[in-house]
Amino acid sequence: MTAIGLTQVQARNGGFASDVSAISRRALRSVLRDPESVIPGFIIPLFFFTVNTGALQNFVEAGGTLDYKAFQLPVAIIMAVTGPLSRALTLVEDVRSGYFDRLVMTPVRRLALLIGMMVADIALVIALSVPVLILGYAVGVRFETGVAGVVAFVALAAYWGLGFAGFSYAIALKTASAAAVSSSFMVFLPMMFLTPMFIPLEAMTGWMATVAQYNPVTYLLGSLRSIITVGWEIDEILKGLLSVSVVVIVSMTMALLALKGRVSRQ
Amino acid sequence: MTDEHAVITNSLSRSFGAVRAVDAVNLSIPSGEIYGFLGPNGAGKTSLVRMLTTLLLPTGGSASVAGHDVVTEPAAVRLKIGAALQAAALDDKQTGRELLQLQSRLYGLTRPAIKQRINYLADLLNIDEALDLLIGTYSGGMKRKLDLAVAMIHEPQILFLDEPTTGLDPISRVELWDEVRRVNEDRGVTIFMTTQYLEEADYLAQRVGIINQGRIVAEGSPAELKRSVGSDMIVARIDGQTSGAAEACEQVDGVESVEVYANEITLSVDQGSKVIGPVAIALDQSGASVEDIVLRTSTLDDVFLHYTGARLEVDANIAKEEPA
Ligand SMILES: Nc1ncnc2c1ncn2[C@@H]1O[C@H](COP(=O)(O)OP(=O)(O)O)[C@@H](O)[C@H]1O
Ligand SMILES: [Mg+2]
Repeated sequence: MTAIGLTQVQARNGGFASDVSAISRRALRSVLRDPESVIPGFIIPLFFFTVNTGALQNFVEAGGTLDYKAFQLPVAIIMAVTGPLSRALTLVEDVRSGYFDRLVMTPVRRLALLIGMMVADIALVIALSVPVLILGYAVGVRFETGVAGVVAFVALAAYWGLGFAGFSYAIALKTASAAAVSSSFMVFLPMMFLTPMFIPLEAMTGWMATVAQYNPVTYLLGSLRSIITVGWEIDEILKGLLSVSVVVIVSMTMALLALKGRVSRQ
Repeated sequence: MTDEHAVITNSLSRSFGAVRAVDAVNLSIPSGEIYGFLGPNGAGKTSLVRMLTTLLLPTGGSASVAGHDVVTEPAAVRLKIGAALQAAALDDKQTGRELLQLQSRLYGLTRPAIKQRINYLADLLNIDEALDLLIGTYSGGMKRKLDLAVAMIHEPQILFLDEPTTGLDPISRVELWDEVRRVNEDRGVTIFMTTQYLEEADYLAQRVGIINQGRIVAEGSPAELKRSVGSDMIVARIDGQTSGAAEACEQVDGVESVEVYANEITLSVDQGSKVIGPVAIALDQSGASVEDIVLRTSTLDDVFLHYTGARLEVDANIAKEEPA
């Protein structure tokens, strides 16, 4: 027994990649053991897609050439990848239970604590896109851009999902309050609905049209729709990429500042 | 390392606004010692441990742990210490083994080392059967043991335990005491533990520091501390006024000191069996109505009373065992 105990253990920092992989694997394990927390993420987008197309397809398509199912698929994917899926609530629990302190006491790179969670988010986001894509395929939506387009479509949506998750991480680290984190979804509602979600931007009027013009999700939707129905329309795609990047930069800065505050030993 | 000091602090202080949680604490703990930090709720124990474990910055003074300054070299300190902080900080959705593996990876342990360490600790702390169950299903005592194993996974030189047995039932408590002692004896790990329990400090610690309102009021081995307040104690509980009665006791030959706390008069005496008769008579003559009177040897609680003027009462009923 003592012989085993006499191994020379050399404690050191395990390296950034190893830290991130250890943290993200733990986060994914918790998801698998607590599937209820992600089931709404699978159902809500499918529900919206079915209801929106069912209710509005004939009405919107009546006047023109729009394929309303292709028009709604991006809405469904954005719903799938946004908000309630982030691991921010796990982070809140960790801070409250003291487990976060325990992690901080190891030589782990501080940034890996956040990036590890985000890697888990991305894995989850990709899993959540699958049913949406299958449903889209089943009802006849085809990508003008082919398989590469599907990949770009999911990647862009995941990029947005990550940007949005940054806000919940910032709130989680700043407040350590589950209620505050859940309320970050309140930010998502106007961002999602004050967009050309139901009808094209050109058809929108009044204050909603004005707000939609300044909403990054409008351009994300534009890119995603263009990837499906038009083809590789580079400037449409860039517009989406750039607007999402603005969100990502803001939210990641907030999350990093909150992380810094949380580990500051004050 | 063996001839060095594990922990040295110099006027270490921490304020939260106007509250001086830790007030100019000087410690010098040699390697291999079990040091017990005894004090009531709010005394500053957790704040001190958080400073020594690099989680909290001091607002004054300095501290060196395993030869490294906690403020300027936190990364070096972290490699040498392990800690089980107040209320087992674990993750209910992982198994014990998964948690230990995660922790090992963050310490950069190699695969064979991880396996060996987990086997060794499972054996040392008797947690074999629970390792592959979800932590959410563990009993309170089992959680504390796993907490200890997690703290030790990287073979630290110094272990910090913040109230390791608070909330445990008496049987699990004694079991954990034995594990802690074994860890100390087996590998010579220095242990810095805090507690509100007299028996715990008395049983485990080679040296005890008594902390009250952020200050160390007495320090020494349990035997030394008890001797410092006299070997025998007479405690009389009075129904009503204690003042006349306390003065009457002071006059009795052989009474060294008198402390009054609530309705109790505690006398530290030289030879209890000889003095208790005269004390009873003096009390009777003073007109006090005595509920009961006991003679016993001194405890750390008497030491606490002597230096702070208050009892360290901890309600034994707060120890709750979570269902298994
Ligand atoms: N983060 C904090 N902010 C403000 N006050 C604190 C904080 N942590 C501890 N205190 C105060 O410092 C004092 C000592 O607390 P603590 O170190 O937790 O004592 P103990 O662990 O002995 O119960 C208490 O008065 C407590 O209210
Ligand atoms: Mg405490």
